[in-house]
Amino acid sequence: MPANARPIGEWVSALLSGERRAVADALNVLDDRRPAAVAIAGKLLAALPTERIEHEGQIIGLTGPPGVGKSSLSAVLIAAWRTQGKRVGVLAVDPTSPLSGGALLGDRLRMAQGAPDPGVFIRSLAGRGEIGGLAALVLPMARVMATAFDVVLLETIGVGQSEVDVALHSDTTVLVVQPASGDTLQFLKAGVTEIPAVVAVNKADLGRPARKARDEMEAALRYAPMADWVVPVLLCSALYKSGVDDLVAALERHRLLLSQTGRLRQRRRDGVAAWGLRRLREEFGRHGVEILGGADSVLARFTEGDAPFYDVLEASRAELLQRFGSRTI
Amino acid sequence: MTGQAKGGRRDRPWLMRTYSGHSSAKASNELYRKNLAKGQTGLSVAFDLPTQTGYDADHPLARGEVGRVGVPICSIADMETLFEGIPIAQMNTSMTINATAPWLLALYVAAAERQGATPAELHGTTQNDIIKEYLSRGTYIFPPRPSLRLTSDMIAYTVRRIPKWNPINVCSYHLQEAGATPVQELAYALSTAIAVLDAVRDAGEVDAAEIPAVVARISFFVNAGIRFVEECCKIRAFTEMWDALTAERYGVTDGKSRRFRYGVQVNSLGLTEQQPENNVQRIVLEMLAVVLSKSARARAVQLPAWNEALGLPRPWDQQWSLRIQQVMAFETDLLEYGDILDGSPVIAAKVDELIAGARAEMARIEELGGMVEAIESGYVKRQLVASHTARLRAIESGEQVIVGVNAFRESEVSPLTTGSASILKVDGAAEREQIERLRGFRGRRNPDEVELALCGLVEAAKNGANIMEPSIRCAHAGVTTGEWAEALRDVFGDYRPATGIDIGSHSLGDPARIDELRRRVRETSNAVGRHLRLLVAKPGLDGHSNGAEQIAVKARDAGFEVIYDGIRLTPAQIAVAAMEEGVHLLGLSVLSGSHLGLVESVLAELRERGLGALPIVLGGIIPDDDADELRARGVAAVYTPKDVDMNRMIGEMVDIIRETSGLAPFGRV
Ligand code: B12
Ligand SMILES: Nc1nc2c(ncn2[C@@H]2O[C@H](COP(=O)(O)OP(=O)(O)OP(=O)(O)O)[C@@H](O)[C@H]2O)c(=O)[nH]1
Ligand SMILES: [Mg+2]
Repeated sequence: MPANARPIGEWVSALLSGERRAVADALNVLDDRRPAAVAIAGKLLAALPTERIEHEGQIIGLTGPPGVGKSSLSAVLIAAWRTQGKRVGVLAVDPTSPLSGGALLGDRLRMAQGAPDPGVFIRSLAGRGEIGGLAALVLPMARVMATAFDVVLLETIGVGQSEVDVALHSDTTVLVVQPASGDTLQFLKAGVTEIPAVVAVNKADLGRPARKARDEMEAALRYAPMADWVVPVLLCSALYKSGVDDLVAALERHRLLLSQTGRLRQRRRDGVAAWGLRRLREEFGRHGVEILGGADSVLARFTEGDAPFYDVLEASRAELLQRFGSRTI
Repeated sequence: MTGQAKGGRRDRPWLMRTYSGHSSAKASNELYRKNLAKGQTGLSVAFDLPTQTGYDADHPLARGEVGRVGVPICSIADMETLFEGIPIAQMNTSMTINATAPWLLALYVAAAERQGATPAELHGTTQNDIIKEYLSRGTYIFPPRPSLRLTSDMIAYTVRRIPKWNPINVCSYHLQEAGATPVQELAYALSTAIAVLDAVRDAGEVDAAEIPAVVARISFFVNAGIRFVEECCKIRAFTEMWDALTAERYGVTDGKSRRFRYGVQVNSLGLTEQQPENNVQRIVLEMLAVVLSKSARARAVQLPAWNEALGLPRPWDQQWSLRIQQVMAFETDLLEYGDILDGSPVIAAKVDELIAGARAEMARIEELGGMVEAIESGYVKRQLVASHTARLRAIESGEQVIVGVNAFRESEVSPLTTGSASILKVDGAAEREQIERLRGFRGRRNPDEVELALCGLVEAAKNGANIMEPSIRCAHAGVTTGEWAEALRDVFGDYRPATGIDIGSHSLGDPARIDELRRRVRETSNAVGRHLRLLVAKPGLDGHSNGAEQIAVKARDAGFEVIYDGIRLTPAQIAVAAMEEGVHLLGLSVLSGSHLGLVESVLAELRERGLGALPIVLGGIIPDDDADELRARGVAAVYTPKDVDMNRMIGEMVDIIRETSGLAPFGRV
């Protein structure tokens, strides 16, 4: 039995009131693989208020190569949001050593400075190596955080699967690059990297190379226009706290765009659907998904109708378990 | 010239110092006067951590640290007390001070002026090497670039106004104490010197013609470890490399200005808690390495004491170390000869090998954009952590023999260490008294003058004018250490450097034991439902990071998810991290001596967040009596330097988690 589990209704109200201990306990229970905990986690997820997790707040993904300053930038963003009175939750992902299964989680170093702020909550996560392992966790954790905080920030190294996940799990993705980041540029041009909502060229304090990087990025993104959003390429310096206001403003503009055009709910539902499809595929294989009518039909289960996402997942699982008989349990 | 000196003429011995200071300016003043009477020829001031990190004695972060590992200097009044009855103009004073170096120099100048001296008369050294603070010593405040600017201000000021001052002592000492190899010491110290000299040159305050004079004032602070032949060669390599570097890069033509001038403290990292009397032999041999070569002899030497790993030395322990120097200088015939190693092909070959290695690493640093970039990116720190990991693995495996630790362990009972009185205990009243003195001082000064002086300081900080003159004005006006640093923090910001622990796991030690540990971590993770998570944390102002870093790396290699956020955290920050990160175990590391108060505060902060049941382990310099008391207060295990088997420690930590979760322990790894 996981420690500190509480009655679900009480727990959800504690989350809604932003109680930090309730958030910590919820994240722990989501992480807990024991069957009893998985059951409680399911109940908790199913009870998260739909209004809150589909229409409110902002989930921002911050991605970029190692050492570009994602955590440092998070720190200045957090400070800016705090002066606006917004409460912030952060999920920071670092890679796991494939050999030992161990990980060093060092992002707090740059984010949690000064006296502890009750309006900020940071949880570090290890990539855990296993394909999809992290993805399975990040979405529910982000939903719990979104219940408790106004802004949720996801930090990941923008390579491979985790980058795709960030795009999937966030409303607004920020690609952080630094001067002389040719690789990232090439990836963007080649379409390997998902087009972000905002590009932040950090370490602008290094001067000319930063401006050059911005110009190159802008040129590259000109060929990948989106209908009603021009991807801003912004210069900033986390070290000297410059350019932050513009970044904060761009993020806010993107949030307004999404919520006013009704795309926020759509995007979150799409993210949940992709997540749900992956979980079902992991548990039951391609065959299982076929039984449910194929990928599109599974996605539709999540995106259409009003049932809470976790209930949709559980209903689909139940359906398959019944079909497969007892063999799969 | 070789052979015996004529007419019994001996070379002048090096400067003999004892690094000291504690409790209060008054107590330290008494100590200094006693040491001078014993024949010590210079002063080496140890400051307490609040003074080094720019906090007044009554700042919350200073709690428990005031007067503990050095003397607290909050204002000009303390500085005057420190030198009461000691004529500053006649002293050669070395101050181990870095981030707040401009301020302590300003106080020193102001105190000298009040004794009737002029700045031009002063001799001495401010350590003032900020780069190695990020890498090892930990008393940084501001980011690297503004910090280097302060360094360059001090150099420009002293070269003109205090020409006999050594404004900076580029330190390789601390790099070795953080695990650096001789090649790394050479490469990083010289790259630091380049960063500093380039900064002075580029700042433009001194003109090109003055650069040779600046180069001539740069001195070094070097380490000497137990491999004394290699260390002897390292010193010779330094001498050659500095000579070439200053000629080639800075165009210094006068050979004398290119002399590698250096002081030494011998290695303390290798001094052991077990059979601590053996440390005396180690100290003697290490010292030999830096005084042996006449052509590369140390200018000043300070030695640690036999009880280094137990705690702070008492006056008698320091006297013993001073006597070691005196025996070497005055009883042996060392100083009667020319350079006895000149012409040795073995020595020459080793020197060349070290130079080649160091040049290669320096080229790497250049490639990365210089020392500042290599600090900011974490590259150098990672190299040091990796070297230290390799060193500890070699000790663990027995490949590197340490007498009394992993070989020849049996021992008679030592009459030196019976009872807990074998170290200096700092009077608990010192902090309270210092706070009272500080508050009294604040009440007596003229607030308008203070305000005005601080405005001048901030303006200089912002507009790039030299920081020294306004700092000296602040000193006279009665500004406090905390106020000076706070004013500059507002302009430059605070900085937290890379921890360097994100290294690969190349040297794992005994593969069977590490596999066993991984299995235990996996099995326990499954049993408790979540992957085991460990928070390693350093509360207080203590900068000793080696132990925490190595535990973090080892725990990661054993399969833990480890959170480590570097040094200087408050108990509240630590408790918050423990909660937010949902850790299974909290590992604290405290070497500064303030463990009792800090652990108490961490426990209280944890309880306040409903984490009273979270198990805690503690490592560091913890005297036995204190360890007993801490275990009684609920600390699950206490580790000290004698615990060198880290696999065993990690195994015990897994068991502590198991017991907390009601699982049966695995037992010894
Ligand atoms: C190396 C060293 C330094 C290096 C530190 C480099 C670094 N980044 O760590 C340098 C040269 C910078 C340094 C500086 C100072 N030092 Co010093 N230093 C030492 C020394 C020689 C060795 C410590 C060490 O690193 N050992 C190697 C590591 C691996 O061992 P360890 O930390 O003990 O850890 C082991 C166990 O204790 C345990 N452990 C430790 N932490 C943890 C945590 C967990 C979770 C677990 C499970 C286990 C564990 O496991 C480790 C495995 O073996 C000791 C004396 C000694 N021989 O012990 C003095 C010593 C600690 N230093 C001392 C002092 C006073 C200072 C200064 C404050 C002096 C001054 N006035 O300026 C400065 C300032 C430093 C600062 N900012 O706080 C004193 C402390 C006195 C006291 N406690 O009363 C000591 C004891 C020396 C002395 N006798 O005076 N120091
Ligand atoms: N010059 C400069 N350095 C910066 C800036 N932002 C961050 N840095 C430095 O870049 C290094 C990496 O910063 P982090 O914030 O840890 O970068 P990150 O992207 O989170 O790194 P990972 O999590 O390891 O991928 C640190 O040494 C920072 O001090 C900036 O704006 N200018
Ligand atoms: Mg980061």
